[in-house]
Amino acid sequence: MVATDAGWADSGPRMGFFTDTSVCIGCKACEVACKEWNHVPDDGLRFSGFSYDNSWGLGADTWRHVAFIEQRHPAPGAGDGLPAGDGLPAAGGELRWLMSSDVCKHCTRAACLDVCPTGALFRTEFGTVVVQSDVCNGCGYCVPACPYGVIDQRKEDGRVWKCTLCYDRLKVGMEPACAKACPTRSIQFGELDVLRAEAADRVEVLHRRGVAGARLYGDDPGDGVGGTGAFFLLLDEPEVYGLPPEPVVTTRDLPSMWKRAAVAALALAATVVAAAR
Amino acid sequence: MPAVSPGAGSHPAGGPRPADGRRGFPDGEARGRRGRPDTDAGRSYYGQPVLNPPTWAALDIAGYLFLGGLAGGSSALAAATEAKGIEGLGRPLRMGAAGAIGLSLVALVHDLGRPGRFYNMLRVFKPSSPMSVGSWILSVYGPAAIAAAVLDVVPLPGPLASARRPLQKAASVTAGLIGPVVTTYTGVLVADTAVPAWHGGYREMPFLFAGSAGSASGGLGLLTVPPMRAAPARRLAVTGAVAELTALRVMKARMGLPAETYDQGRAGRLMKAAETLTVAGTTGAVVGRRSRLASAAAGACLLAGSALTRFGVFQAGVQSAEDPRYTVEPQRARLAARPGSPSA
Ligand code: SF4
Ligand code: SF4
Repeated sequence: MVATDAGWADSGPRMGFFTDTSVCIGCKACEVACKEWNHVPDDGLRFSGFSYDNSWGLGADTWRHVAFIEQRHPAPGAGDGLPAGDGLPAAGGELRWLMSSDVCKHCTRAACLDVCPTGALFRTEFGTVVVQSDVCNGCGYCVPACPYGVIDQRKEDGRVWKCTLCYDRLKVGMEPACAKACPTRSIQFGELDVLRAEAADRVEVLHRRGVAGARLYGDDPGDGVGGTGAFFLLLDEPEVYGLPPEPVVTTRDLPSMWKRAAVAALALAATVVAAAR
Repeated sequence: MPAVSPGAGSHPAGGPRPADGRRGFPDGEARGRRGRPDTDAGRSYYGQPVLNPPTWAALDIAGYLFLGGLAGGSSALAAATEAKGIEGLGRPLRMGAAGAIGLSLVALVHDLGRPGRFYNMLRVFKPSSPMSVGSWILSVYGPAAIAAAVLDVVPLPGPLASARRPLQKAASVTAGLIGPVVTTYTGVLVADTAVPAWHGGYREMPFLFAGSAGSASGGLGLLTVPPMRAAPARRLAVTGAVAELTALRVMKARMGLPAETYDQGRAGRLMKAAETLTVAGTTGAVVGRRSRLASAAAGACLLAGSALTRFGVFQAGVQSAEDPRYTVEPQRARLAARPGSPSA
C-alpha cells in the first residue's frame, strides 16, 4: 500500500520489524550486527551511566539502540508502574530491568520523507524509508521533523543517516542484520500484516500471564503517523523508553499552515500598500 | 546500577555530549531537572531528549529568517512607494533588500557546507516540503531583488542601454510582489517540524514573521532616509511591530507548556531584549518623527529587535527540543483529553 502510493507498480507486501521487548536480554547483538553490516562508524565510547546503555540514543551513527531501564515494579507509592524518584530502585516493588532495542519506525506517514527538499529520502518497494546519500545535500530539515528523534546528521560529512531496514539485504531476499543476529527473536522481521497479527496474540498471552503493562506501540494505522513499519511490544509507558507517547507527522497540518502563510503575506502586502502614501 | 546523580554519570567533560554525538545534557537547566522525583523522572529516558534537536547553526538559520524577512519587506515597500510616485525610499530599500538576500544565500549555502549542494534543492519540486517550496521562491525572488538594485545604478553597455529601465522596473515589481511570501513561508518552514515551541505556534508563526519583517524593513527606511520622506516606512514599521508583538503574545497563550521556553534561559533573554528594542523603536519612530537622529536610532532599534526575535524563536525551539518534557507532556495531555482513553 505505502509502496504503491509512492509509485511502485509491482511492490510486494510491506515489510517491517516487530520488536518484542519482553524477551530482550540486552545483549546488543543487534547494535553490533547493524554496525558491522552497514559500516556505521564509531559513535563514541562514552560512559552514560544509564544502566548498561552506552550508546545513548538513535543518531547518525547509532541505528539500533538498546535502552536499559532499572525500576521497581510496581513502583512504591506511585501505583502507575513508573520508576520512583530519581530512578534508583527504592524500597518496595520488585526489581525489574526493562530492555528495548529501538530503531527507525519507517512511518506510514514519514515526516522526514515529507519535508526532504531534495528527494534524498524515499519510500522503497518494501514500504520502508531510506536516505540516498548521494542525493542528500545536508540541509538537515529531516532531523527536527522526525517525531521520534531517529535521523541525524553526521558532522564529518554534513549528511544524514539512519536505519535502512537493510535495503540491500532485503533486495536479495535476506532479513535485516539485526533481526538475523537477535538470539531471542525479540527483533522479528517479516510482512507487516503478519507481524501485527502475531503481536496482538503475544500481548494477549502476556496479559493472561498477568503482565498487565504489556502494550503495543506503533501498531495502530489510525495513529498520528498512520502506524509504523517498525512497531514494538512495550512493558511500560513509551516515554520511559524515550519514545513519544503520541507522535504526529506535522505535515498533517501543512495545508492549514500554507493557508495562514498566504493570509499573512497578503496582510503584509496590504499594510505596505496602505503605508505607501 | 542506574547511577543517575546529576553530572556524575555523564561523560568525562560533564557537559553535553561532544560534537560527534548529540544526546546528552543540553544545559544546566535540563541536567538539574534530571531525576527529580516530582517532575519528569520516569517520564523520560534519563532526561534524554525524545527528539534530535535541529542541527542548524543559529547564525545561519536564524540569521536567514531575519535577513529574508528584511529583504522581502523592503522589496515590497520599495515597489509600492515607487508605484505611487513617492520619492526617496525606493533606492535604499532596494539596496537593502539585495544586500540582505545576498547575505541570506551565503548563510544558506554555508549551512549546507558546500555550494554545489544548493543545486540539489532544485532537483525536485515538493509541495510537502516547505524548504523545497522556499528554494523555488528564492530562486525567483533572489535574482529579481538583486537585479532591481544592480540595474538601478549600473549602466548596461551599448544596445542594452535602453532596456535597462524597463528591466529594472520589471525586476523591482517582481521582487515586490514575491517579497511578502518570502517573509512568511519561513514561518511554515520552522513550524513544520516536531520541535514543540515551533510546531506549537504554527497558527501564529507566519503572522509573527510578517510583522517582524514589516518592522525590520520599515526600520531600514527610517535608518536610511530623512524623516520627512520616511513616512511610509514609519507607518509600516509601527504596524509591523504591533503585529509582531501581538502575534507573539497570542502564540504563547495558545501554545501551552512549550511556550515557557520563550521566557527561559537564552531564548528568554533574547526575546526580552527583542521586545525592549521593538517597543523602544516603535516609540522612537512615533515620538521622534521630526528628528533625523531619533528616527535613525528608532530604525536601528527596530532592525535589531526583529533580528533578536528570530534568534529568540530559533533558540526557544532548540530548548524545547532538548528537554523531553516539552515533547512528552503535551502529547500526554492530548491522550488524556481523548474520550475513553485508557491512559488518561
Ligand atoms: S521514525 Fe523518523 S526517521 Fe524513521 S521514518 Fe519515521 S520520521 Fe523518518
Ligand atoms: S538532510 Fe538530506 S535527507 Fe534530510 S531533508 Fe535534507 S536533503 Fe533530505
